[in-house]
Amino acid sequence: MAKNMFKINKLIAVLLFVPALALAAGDHVQLDRAPIDEEDQASLQRGARHFVNYCLNCHSANYMRYNRLQDIGLAPQQILDNLVFTGVKVGDLMTIAMDPKDAKSWFGATPPDLSVTARSRASADGSGADWLYTYLRGFYRDAARPTGWNNTVYPNVGMPHALWELQGEQVLVERKVQGAGYLKTEMALKLDRPGTLSPAEYDEMVADLVNYMVFMGEPVRSDRKTIGMLVLTALGLLFLLVYALKKEYWKDVH
Amino acid sequence: MAATKKEPVEFTGAGPLNAPISGVLTWVDQRFPLMSLWRDHLSQYYAPKNFNFWYFFGSLAMLVLVIQIVTGIFLVMHYKPSAAEAFASVEYIMRDVPMGWFIRYMHSTGASAFFIVVYLHMFRGLLYGSYRQPRELIWIFGMLIYLCLMAEAFFGYLLPWGQMSFWGAQVIINLFDALPLIGPDLSTWIRGDFVISDATLNRFFAFHVIALPLALLGLVAAHIMALHEVGSNNPDGVEIKKHKDAQGRPLDGIPFHPYYTVKDIVGVVVFLFLFFLVVFFMPEMGGYFLEYNNFIPADSLKTPPHIAPVWYFTPYYSILRAITEDFMLVLAIGVAAYTALIWFTVRDRRIGMAAVAIGLVVIALMKGGIIEAKVWGVVMMGLATLIFFLLPWLDRSPVKSIRYKGPLFRTALTVFVITFIVLGYYGVQVVTPVGTLISQIGTLLYFAFFLLMPWYSVMDKTKPEPDRVTM
Repeated sequence: MAKNMFKINKLIAVLLFVPALALAAGDHVQLDRAPIDEEDQASLQRGARHFVNYCLNCHSANYMRYNRLQDIGLAPQQILDNLVFTGVKVGDLMTIAMDPKDAKSWFGATPPDLSVTARSRASADGSGADWLYTYLRGFYRDAARPTGWNNTVYPNVGMPHALWELQGEQVLVERKVQGAGYLKTEMALKLDRPGTLSPAEYDEMVADLVNYMVFMGEPVRSDRKTIGMLVLTALGLLFLLVYALKKEYWKDVH
Repeated sequence: MAATKKEPVEFTGAGPLNAPISGVLTWVDQRFPLMSLWRDHLSQYYAPKNFNFWYFFGSLAMLVLVIQIVTGIFLVMHYKPSAAEAFASVEYIMRDVPMGWFIRYMHSTGASAFFIVVYLHMFRGLLYGSYRQPRELIWIFGMLIYLCLMAEAFFGYLLPWGQMSFWGAQVIINLFDALPLIGPDLSTWIRGDFVISDATLNRFFAFHVIALPLALLGLVAAHIMALHEVGSNNPDGVEIKKHKDAQGRPLDGIPFHPYYTVKDIVGVVVFLFLFFLVVFFMPEMGGYFLEYNNFIPADSLKTPPHIAPVWYFTPYYSILRAITEDFMLVLAIGVAAYTALIWFTVRDRRIGMAAVAIGLVVIALMKGGIIEAKVWGVVMMGLATLIFFLLPWLDRSPVKSIRYKGPLFRTALTVFVITFIVLGYYGVQVVTPVGTLISQIGTLLYFAFFLLMPWYSVMDKTKPEPDRVTM
């Protein structure tokens, strides 16, 4: 029987590798890892400010309430003073005044609500944060597009580069890189005209913004992990108890 | 072996301290069979003493059912079954309802947990022949539960009204479109509209929260009543009722309560540990329990580039996609070969002739060009789920348990499990030629496991079953 099992195990091992062989390379974009720290409240607060300043004009966050920002260390008055420009109450949702129909005629598509974008953009290529981080740093000049902008992560995107004054203008250039024993051509982004921020500062700013969007996608994220630790600890202790109980009852069963 | 077995702890309420309780119990018992139910199903239900790891999943399936019902009730308190409000109401639950996220994650994780537990429970049945005589009806009720569960999951998946909800339902309902003659009318009737819309969402909601839970509960009751009528199988596949003591109690049986209640509680705690590990730390489970695309509200004008059902449906989805126009020839040859096998090996000529007649009709339909390959995909997918019902009559091995079955059955079961997993894997992937080929091979192996069982289970070199259970 042991010999038999060994054969079966070998068969399982071989068959389980079959799918891996057939993995076809799809249309994947190499995503940069977003350097974010979900516990960094200063970063989250900076991100919230960037979000309100740069995103929340065309994009709504219809499921997010301003007073949720208390979770990232802001007092209600601070929220009202620094982040609310539209005269809404602190318990209101982050809606925008732009009519979706107008937006559609202006941009070709209504700018999507961003409440849960950090979650919806996750894929096998990387987390939603990685996607956003790469996307917001991937705009380049493209005269062929109506807005004058294109994007490496989201080709032919309808959105113009909202942060161009900060980042400056990038262009897409061909670059020869060392491949496996040969030179291959690769398209790469090059900063053509600098913006008000240095590339390092811009990356940091985008990271803060992405960090905030991850928080906004699931505000309970850090709470649930805290509660989770308690629940798992309690279950671990309960296990010792119920296991001892089982042992006690079963000691006479042979 | 069981000489020092403890007497069942009987909660009779008797004794001087319990006099008031005893009085109440007597009062109730004169009006309702409380004590006899307790005895028949718990304190004097004798289960084999040699249950192993695989026997945890029945009670766990009931636990998950309860989790789903209770969390479901709380979700319905805030969910809005309307195309305009559904997506927002789910986010409202996730953000503004106190602990709403907890309830919702338990429900979404519970859906996947249900299938994990049920698949393991079914695998246990395959391992130890739990479907064999006299437990055929238990198996059939169980399979009906499984079908209801799939319907329940399918209807429930539309409710968050995300992109995957919408397009997943679109793909499945469009399958009915392919049926000849009635197809288009049938799919319109199911949707209640020409497209998936508010009407569809509302009826799916009705099915998800009322119709199927009722059916599930009824079937679970029938499943357990049938089980307690004939008694549980065990890893040795031998009947414990063959050897009884003077009082008529099986020698190898122990009362379900307290022995298996305390044991199952250990299983429950371990299960809950893993369950809450997912709920609190990885509720999306890498996009398998909550698909990323479903965080985008349903949009009838934007087809997602890649539509994949949730993981628990993917083996069947692979079978559906494997049935291509080219593959029909292979299937027809398969049917011809199977018919020939019956003709040459079954002595009863009437069965042989019936098989040939049915085989010829099926081949004619397959190659006649009246029914397109897409329909056969739907048919094969349906058959792949329904074929489980036949297991009690397909398995003709003289022994029940894998412990005493021979290399043929062991190999067949191993290949089947791998096939199921590989099919599941390809069901989530984008279609590729290699993937389709592997799915087609997988489809053939899947059906071969069942259809060839009457032959290989008899040819197999089995070992003699023991007289009594082994620990």
